Amino acid sequence: MALARRLATPALAALPLAFLGVFFAYPVISILALGLAPGGALDIRAALDVLTQPFVAQVAWFTLWQAVLSTVLTVGLALPGAYVFARFEFPGRRLIGALAIVPFVLPTVVVAAAFLALIGPRSPFGVRLDHSIVAILIAHVFYNYAVVLRIVGGVWQQIDPRTEEAARVLGASRWRAFRTVTLPLLRPAIASAASIVFLFTFTSFGVILLLGGAQFSTLEVEIYRQTAELLDLRTAAVLSLLQMSALVVLLFVYSRYQQRNAVQQRQLSRPMVARAPRTAAERALVATNLLVMALLLGVPLLVLIERSLAVPGGYGLQNFQALFASTQLSALFVPPIEAIQNSLAFAAVATLICAPLGLAAAFVIARGRGRLASGFDALLMLPLGTSAVIVGFGFLVALGNLPFDLRTSVVLIPIAHAIVALPFLVRSTVPVLRSVDQRLRDAAAVLGASPTRVWREVDMPIVSRAALVGAGFAFAVSLGEFGATLFIVRPDTPTMPIAIFRLLSQPGALAFGQAMAMAALLMFVTGASVLAFDRLRADA
Amino acid sequence: MNRLVRLVPALLLVVACASPSQTPSQTLLPTISLAPTDTPASAAPGTPAAPPSPTVSPTPTPTLTEPPATPGPTLVPGGRVTLVTHDSFAASDPVIHDFEAQSGQTLKVLKGGDAGAMVNQAILTKDNPLGDALYGVDNTFLSRALDAGIFVPYTSPASASVAQEFKLDPQNRVTPIDFGDVCIVYDVQAGSGSGAVGIPQTINDLTMPAYKGKLVVEDPATSSPGLAFMLATIIRFGETGDYTWLDYWRDLRANGVLVVQDWNDAYYNEFSAGGAGGDRPFVVSYATDPAAEIYFAGETSGTPDVAKLDDGCFRQIEFAGVLAGAKNPAGAQAWVDYMASAEFQSDIPLNMFVFPVNPDAQLPDLFAHYAAQATDPLTMDPQTIAANRDSWIQQWTDTVIH
Repeated sequence: MALARRLATPALAALPLAFLGVFFAYPVISILALGLAPGGALDIRAALDVLTQPFVAQVAWFTLWQAVLSTVLTVGLALPGAYVFARFEFPGRRLIGALAIVPFVLPTVVVAAAFLALIGPRSPFGVRLDHSIVAILIAHVFYNYAVVLRIVGGVWQQIDPRTEEAARVLGASRWRAFRTVTLPLLRPAIASAASIVFLFTFTSFGVILLLGGAQFSTLEVEIYRQTAELLDLRTAAVLSLLQMSALVVLLFVYSRYQQRNAVQQRQLSRPMVARAPRTAAERALVATNLLVMALLLGVPLLVLIERSLAVPGGYGLQNFQALFASTQLSALFVPPIEAIQNSLAFAAVATLICAPLGLAAAFVIARGRGRLASGFDALLMLPLGTSAVIVGFGFLVALGNLPFDLRTSVVLIPIAHAIVALPFLVRSTVPVLRSVDQRLRDAAAVLGASPTRVWREVDMPIVSRAALVGAGFAFAVSLGEFGATLFIVRPDTPTMPIAIFRLLSQPGALAFGQAMAMAALLMFVTGASVLAFDRLRADA
Repeated sequence: MNRLVRLVPALLLVVACASPSQTPSQTLLPTISLAPTDTPASAAPGTPAAPPSPTVSPTPTPTLTEPPATPGPTLVPGGRVTLVTHDSFAASDPVIHDFEAQSGQTLKVLKGGDAGAMVNQAILTKDNPLGDALYGVDNTFLSRALDAGIFVPYTSPASASVAQEFKLDPQNRVTPIDFGDVCIVYDVQAGSGSGAVGIPQTINDLTMPAYKGKLVVEDPATSSPGLAFMLATIIRFGETGDYTWLDYWRDLRANGVLVVQDWNDAYYNEFSAGGAGGDRPFVVSYATDPAAEIYFAGETSGTPDVAKLDDGCFRQIEFAGVLAGAKNPAGAQAWVDYMASAEFQSDIPLNMFVFPVNPDAQLPDLFAHYAAQATDPLTMDPQTIAANRDSWIQQWTDTVIH
């Protein structure tokens, strides 16, 4: 029994490790080696010379402070939202919760179009914020709001409100009850969500380029330029290592923090039923949050829908009809309906790859203690901190050496999506797994349950809900994935974001309208998928 | 700590298992030369026999139509040709099917990002190429591709009638396919109507106060039209003299030029005729935009909203070639022949909105009417571009951005 237990963890860890080893570590190490040791000899001096160029410090500093500011803003704005969604019932709650994730999957070129319509040259509010840091920050909040809402909200739902009520009965103020009872329970989830938001904004690419303009540059932007345009692999490798080291430090600190702050609590076997807001203050809180979400997330999305319906001389469905007409007129190889099928198929395969790997990894991290678990967690997060172009080019130089030449296989697309989605699944699951009260397991064991039965009856009901949140996230991430897909050499199986990108590569008002129509469809497909996963979760 | 020690070997084991018996660094590293060399690389040893490269002939036509002295690789029926190309590649289905029917080959198309990324991918994989033929390398990236030795020489009989000005590689490692002009494109509303600023005569005029805040350009570091326009200014104003290209850019900057990342952003989000509500009537774009505007509006004729300024246009030429180490070199040659043939060439305009190089190709009416070539396009020798590109981009960035 003890031996089985000791072997179980490494066995579980082997699965995600092997996957990431082959499809992430090996390609990335290969391309970095090519940059740092051209000809086989490591040239430390040349590498250090890259680091001491003045632009590196400048870019690194900008990368850091915009990421910190974006993260603080996103968490600050989304935390009240997470509370409202975890605790209160109101009309449209589910729908709004699902729609909140839509921004997360939209290609930046589409989002930039929406933002420019609102705060660009023809702003209806008369404000011009395009090509400014303000536009970058707003877009980062727009993109990442759902990360905090879903990860923190998911945990908040599982916290028994009666503990806080008990504190209130004992005389604690509302604030004190929150601070001393709820916050400590939430902290791991907040840290988890914040670290993802930080990772995303630290490695921000499209938003910086499209909304910030050429005067802003992050490490990620520089790595892209050095690799894809200049083929200066040394500079690209040094900058990649700089970016990855910064993130490893952050992740390690984060993991230690999580270890110290893990709190076991009695988990609700079912999420506490949310109730309607009762007092005027509660109603005001719900209303204020919905208003913030409407302004921040709703308005840009509505602008996109408006654009997709705009046709010469008014509104109509012509843009959508053009998408489904497979004529020679179409700039795409395939009717766009096929892009929808491709996207859904890739997302399904990516989620299927991701789910077992993610659950195994989450289990290892939650059970493990100390540096092993921390290192493992950091390793899983590292792909998010690695430039897509580095991974894509790494595939090319490394995967040709495998027995099966996967470099040009369509399978690489869901694999790349799964790598990107893996951390979401893990992050949604670990906090919940960690908080399962050990005494529940012990009690079950004492009552004669076998270890598998303990897992099935105690862990599983709690974990499956969290895993479904993660799987939904993974599915959505795959639907919207663009960066990694673009840098993989791939057969012509365009996904929806690629189709949007292609439509926007043709001049003309109709091509623009069709791209917006495709973006509207992407929003719809994403919203529907997330709703479907939410339904599964409710049934679980 | 103890557990960390266990983790590291486990990870190494995974990596080691993933690679074949010899380590990748041994097989991969020494053979790829990333630094451009001055001597053009010859075909890598061990590649299938390619027809001998014709000797450099300063005079056009004569030798090109002659069959190769020794027979090239033979076409195996039922084979598969893999084409590596950029995301902008498009062709009509019947035209692809015709190729497959005529050659007995099936065509597989692999796309790898924009032209720059695609060429770099081909360079990184030159010892184990992803496909048989490559299409989409242009004159701004040509030298990098040739110096890295990714192509083997092949003289396509189909391109015999193509003008010599398009044949930029004397060794015929690449075959010219199409060309297009990058120009200043303007919103015709700028010439008349409310808020009209008038149409400039030359690109010099764009530094005048009347055009303050009216121009949007793409960053040459990330955008192919951006690079083309930067090269046009270098040719036009030169690097030395009273008024250099950097002086011109200084003046453009003082006049409020907006720099954005790529063509999509410039055209759709900043250009006033682009659809998303931009407010700048001048954009660096393609001379064929008026035809594309009409075509994508589903019309065959009309009044385009945009027109090109016939000054300061840079000519981009795109090429195809047979990749060194191709598994199906005969199929690759057949594909290159087909791309250069009148049938494929006539299909190019309405799919990729560039001009065919083959004079026998038929231009669609729409194209003939609305897509005029630049009268006096600027060009630059690919070696000069390759030798100076990085330093020019750096100078440009220092002048315009910082």
